[in-house]
Amino acid sequence: MIEIQHLVKRYGDKTAVDGLNFTVKPGVVTGFLGPNGAGKSTTMRMILGLDAPTSGSVLVNGKRYHQHAAPLQEVGALLEAKSIHPGRSAYNHLNSLALTHGIPRRRVDEVIELAGLGKVAKKRAGAFSLGMGQRLGIAAALLGDPQTIMLDEPVNGLDPEGVLWIRTLLTNLAAEGRTVFVSSHLMSEMALTATDLIIVGRGKLLADTTVADFIESAGGDSVKVVSSDATRLRELLLGPDVTVTGAAGSEELQVNGLTAREIGQKAADAGIAVYELTPQVVSLEEAFMALTGDTVEYRSNGSTGATGAGATGSAGDKEQKEVVAA
Amino acid sequence: MSTTLTATGDVASAGLGGTDATPRYKVTFGRVLRAEWAKFLSLRSTWITLGVSLLLLVGIGIMSAYRYNPADMHGPAADAKDAIALALRSVELAQLAVGVLGVLATAGEYTTGMIRSTLTAVPKRLPVLWSKLGLYFVVVLVVSTAGAFASFLGGEGFLSGKPIALTLSSAGVLRCLFEAGFYLALVAVFGAALGMLVRSVAGGISLLVGTFMLLPIFLDILPSSWKPNVSPYLPGLEGGAGGSMISLHQASGTLSPGNATWVLLVWVAVAILGAAYRLKRTDS
Repeated sequence: MIEIQHLVKRYGDKTAVDGLNFTVKPGVVTGFLGPNGAGKSTTMRMILGLDAPTSGSVLVNGKRYHQHAAPLQEVGALLEAKSIHPGRSAYNHLNSLALTHGIPRRRVDEVIELAGLGKVAKKRAGAFSLGMGQRLGIAAALLGDPQTIMLDEPVNGLDPEGVLWIRTLLTNLAAEGRTVFVSSHLMSEMALTATDLIIVGRGKLLADTTVADFIESAGGDSVKVVSSDATRLRELLLGPDVTVTGAAGSEELQVNGLTAREIGQKAADAGIAVYELTPQVVSLEEAFMALTGDTVEYRSNGSTGATGAGATGSAGDKEQKEVVAA
Repeated sequence: MSTTLTATGDVASAGLGGTDATPRYKVTFGRVLRAEWAKFLSLRSTWITLGVSLLLLVGIGIMSAYRYNPADMHGPAADAKDAIALALRSVELAQLAVGVLGVLATAGEYTTGMIRSTLTAVPKRLPVLWSKLGLYFVVVLVVSTAGAFASFLGGEGFLSGKPIALTLSSAGVLRCLFEAGFYLALVAVFGAALGMLVRSVAGGISLLVGTFMLLPIFLDILPSSWKPNVSPYLPGLEGGAGGSMISLHQASGTLSPGNATWVLLVWVAVAILGAAYRLKRTDS
């Protein structure tokens, strides 16, 4: 459990984190999403007490990080920047961290196996590839068997196998009831692993939502209908699981909960002429960019819904389509 | 790669187990000290630097005694007044090596990024500083004291019969040798504190060299009347407190060995206070 209240961090004139408020709950993977420079890493550093907040508070499992008797048992973290001495072997690195807490050697061996570092554990960490470095960072994060796991851009630079490994690991950790907080600047990646979403831009909270709600608000799998008698068609289509939106007086409607085939059939049965009937493919990435691209535009809008949701499916959206389907 | 992947799925759930059954760990000062000791042992660079300082201390000391020839005006150490001055001439270079060792101990963590792991494990921070300072003090004290004795005893044979010869039982010799070890240990601690203060290996070494070796030179550009009042209170060997600590005879205008030790301790204490403040109060 991570609780963040009115968190502000300024570096001179620059405000890196600007009044963040959110809670990361146990049992699910929470994605921490935002473009580069949105303040994600700074927030994570404040959670660990590496940076002190200018104002506001950060609590981890009910206390400030440094107040815990065994911090590595509370939070295991992988920071984006390398946090190892390149001259030390993976084993010695992990062991030096374990010794501060009285974590037994057995556990060091365990996390080395867990991260798949068995063969390179005695080699100098400076010679590690990016992927091996990430694995070592994750081994360190898991060392104290922590209740909260926090990873900053864990899939950056990983090969597909590594990415899959991280996804599986995160899902398993959350399934065990742990708090899993993962940052990324890729919406598509988060849509695959996360349940909850915290979206930030320029240090401000843009959305505190779930992946399902975000997809929904981004347009879900809606159908665009253009009809001369939009008002009558709207009455006709509305049902328990169906939502219809559209500007008053416009010929255009957005329908959620019905397929294009069903809509066409109903319109034909009622004798309403339909000029266009287009299934909308949601581009999560575009919705995300619309949300984060212009913070000012978002603020005047005031909701978590994305403004660019109407984007129609094009060649680049194939992946997103799969996301929605999943 | 693929073998590890298939294995990890199972281990992830088996190895991490339920959160209820997890043992309680705890950070204690003793454990932080042990961790710092493990870090010290597991880096090749610390061993190399420590080895170099011992080599310089003993090698140069013995070489000076071997080459000593008061008749050769241009020969090495021809101006040495006693065997201690000869044996401890090497402290001048050894201090650079142990100082660098100290700087690496702390600034090295910042330069590499290791500090983030260190402070995540010990978020109270100060125990890390105390552990490092204590550890490097003791290690360098033991090694340098042994080195100073080796330097003196190794050169003793070459000097026997010459007017400057001394033995361990001569007045003040033991004091000088122990003070040499103590001086070098304090230089290492000073270096470690500077490294923590400036968080950069290059910056730390520059400051160290500046304080211990260059300050006397800067003093020359100040009004000449200042020099006698300031010079004895500088930490270094050249007319400073360090020099008074390891000299057999108190030169005119310098401090007594006891007072000089206190002066150096004040320098070190100031550096430590600065390091502690920076570590505790600023973002890492």
